[in-house]
Amino acid sequence: MTASRTRPGSDLPLAEHRFFHGMDPGFLSELAAHAYAREFETGSLLVREGDPAEEFLLIFHGKVALEIELPDRPRRTLQTIGPGEVLGWSWLVPPHRWRLDGRALKPTRALGLSASHLRSALEARPEQGYRFLLRLVPVLAQRLENTRIQLLDLHGAPR
Amino acid sequence: MTPATAAPPPLPSPHPWAPVPFEVRERAAETVDTVTLSLAPPDGGVPPLAFRPGQFNMLYLYGIGEVAISLSGDPGRADRFVHTVRAAGKITQALQRVGLHATVGVRGPYGGGWPVEAARGQDVVLVGGGIGFAPLRPVLYELLHHRDRYGRLEVIYGARTPKDLLYYEEIQGWRARPDLRFQSTVDTAGREWHGDVGVVTTRLPECRFDPPRTIAFLCGPEIMMKRTAEALLARGIPPDRIWVALERNMKCALGICGHCQFGPEFICRDGPVFRYDTVDRFLSVREL
Amino acid sequence: MDGAERRVGERYLLERREFPAFLAALSASGYRVVGPTLRDGAIVYGEIRTESDLPIGWTDRQEAGTYRVVPRGDGALFGYAVGPHSWKKYLFPSRERLWSARAKEGSAGGFEVEPEPAGADPPLAFLGVRACELAAIAIQDRAFTMANDVAYLRRRERILRVAVQCGVAGGTCFCVSMGTGPAAAGGFDLALTELIAPEHHRFLIEVGSPAGAKVLTGVPLAAAPADSAREAEEVVARTARSMGRSMRVEGIRDLLVQNPEHPRWNDVARRCLACTNCTMACPTCFCQTSEEVPELAGGRVERWRRWDSCFTTGFSELHGTAIRKSHLGRYRQWMTHKLATWYDQFGSSGCVGCGRCITWCPVGIDLTVEVEAIRSSPGVRPSEPSPP
Repeated sequence: MTASRTRPGSDLPLAEHRFFHGMDPGFLSELAAHAYAREFETGSLLVREGDPAEEFLLIFHGKVALEIELPDRPRRTLQTIGPGEVLGWSWLVPPHRWRLDGRALKPTRALGLSASHLRSALEARPEQGYRFLLRLVPVLAQRLENTRIQLLDLHGAPR
Repeated sequence: MTPATAAPPPLPSPHPWAPVPFEVRERAAETVDTVTLSLAPPDGGVPPLAFRPGQFNMLYLYGIGEVAISLSGDPGRADRFVHTVRAAGKITQALQRVGLHATVGVRGPYGGGWPVEAARGQDVVLVGGGIGFAPLRPVLYELLHHRDRYGRLEVIYGARTPKDLLYYEEIQGWRARPDLRFQSTVDTAGREWHGDVGVVTTRLPECRFDPPRTIAFLCGPEIMMKRTAEALLARGIPPDRIWVALERNMKCALGICGHCQFGPEFICRDGPVFRYDTVDRFLSVREL
Repeated sequence: MDGAERRVGERYLLERREFPAFLAALSASGYRVVGPTLRDGAIVYGEIRTESDLPIGWTDRQEAGTYRVVPRGDGALFGYAVGPHSWKKYLFPSRERLWSARAKEGSAGGFEVEPEPAGADPPLAFLGVRACELAAIAIQDRAFTMANDVAYLRRRERILRVAVQCGVAGGTCFCVSMGTGPAAAGGFDLALTELIAPEHHRFLIEVGSPAGAKVLTGVPLAAAPADSAREAEEVVARTARSMGRSMRVEGIRDLLVQNPEHPRWNDVARRCLACTNCTMACPTCFCQTSEEVPELAGGRVERWRRWDSCFTTGFSELHGTAIRKSHLGRYRQWMTHKLATWYDQFGSSGCVGCGRCITWCPVGIDLTVEVEAIRSSPGVRPSEPSPP
């Protein structure tokens, strides 16, 4: 399950990820200094439900299935995410544990930001922290809304 | 409001309300609750069965009743009417069970259809949800028959689960084409599915198009079309370049029973395809 | 001038005592005459065989939710306004077979549509059509013509319209506001004005069409003196001055289309019973449904249509769920369609101001009041001018 490698993040430019477009370059280079590249083989887990959420992952290449595994029923994929999207807010929300599995559906490359470093960077620069949240909250909101629409089972037979 | 090119007239019939008997020539079970029927006149003596993508027929089963179903076949083939029918009510359930060579009554085609000619020289985005992909398939055929007339071609198709995907084999062919990006996504899937999971709007960021030179056709549940239209507007496509197909209770298809009214529109006569900026304010009114 | 040829556009005088000769001439011309008759305490439309079938000496008193017939004491034949019926019951019957089919051997579900028997019914003469009703017929003509409704159109072309210029305005009438009456200016084959003076009861007859002229051949008529035309004009002018209701229609299309969320809809929805009376009584409501009627013995089915109403739950049903679940949605649909979106669909209002929906509403909902309530709310302004 740990078919992943971690390298310095220099070839995945943080400022070019859609999530960070247009943010303060000084702040971004501060974050980039502590970023690292991660690569995942098909089938491997980026994150695992219940594990400590110690990083924020920016997807650059590949595709990741967000899944829930239950003992008594088949594994379900709830959403897939790909390049330009981000994986996870569990690192920001206590108790800082992943709530889903994130599995690579194809070879996937991501930039990781260590949660502890990221949290202190956001604390130390509240204005930048606020701008960061202005980007993260819409991701949450969009995923919540999409989940609600999925919950409606719109394409099933009307009931 | 209706597309510029005139739609072909309905089949000749002794009475505008009376169906013409057709024979089931081909029958394909698409999913557990959806079937595709190819219908042709039993004697072969055919007026050309012309239709515009987006038009619909009233399909009739003797002793049971009739129901409005979009045409889902290739408009380049004038020898048959193809319909993809999902079991929803009494008649659509009965249509699941009709066999080869059985008789299905047809009257139509009705409605105005998609303004495919307006897509010439444009990038085209097709977004279909569930059974709503069926009325878009004729557009896709038409675009691919004359691929050089159009710019980039983006198709997004959302279904409930991988098992609910219509036209599965055909989709593999479309996915393999270099001159078309075909993305299918499902609401939920098991491990066997390596494709995308999520609502259709999650696939839009992948799409490449030149917004002021793009035309988009959306068909599916209203909330899906509203959210998709909002996302396309946010990408810069002007609201008069987005078209949606609406659905209401269509009893007569002749503009006289009154059932399918939607604000000032009769969906059967003035639609079912509408320009988004002419109907968006009505879409937000409850119980309209 | 008996036996003389009557000319379109001319006016003639018919003495009251000669009215039976006029009825006889209609029959002799091959028409089955239908018109006003007193039944179950209301003036309704039915077969007119002799003049005694007419509501002679009766009038009606109408208010919101109220209808009474009362004697008027002057022997008038057409001394009432309008009753619960309209002529649509003849042109667009409440139940009608559209087509029938026989099962056909050789294929599962095989069928053959049977040719409908050619209508052998005699043409109808509508006796006593008011100006608002002529307008209503013209409105339904547009809807059914656009739908190429062959059954309607076949019946429609066999109708002789004998109009009556209104001598009485009902308590709920507002044809003046809608521009449809009380004077019938055209669209009739014949138009009668009933002139009742002490000791002298006559009808002024205006010929509107060759078919009308033909009927009058042989009816004992006198040339109309110049002052009788003026007298007839005074009859409708008096009626115009005594309208029981009025409605401001300027900008009404935008007013209603732009106010689907107006609080007044909640208010009226609390009163509306969704009983469908207004749509049944309305002379222009054309909504309908169709259903499959299999013969019990099998082997044959019939397809029937019947009046439907946008006030029923099932009317807007899609995939088993009504889109207009509440009375609010249904009342708003009806009134907005009638007074506003009808312009988009058919180029005119769907309302002729006959007042039937007000009179026959069991809780007395008055659409003229509802319109005014929406119009008078602060902040509600039609944004752009539009018809009328």
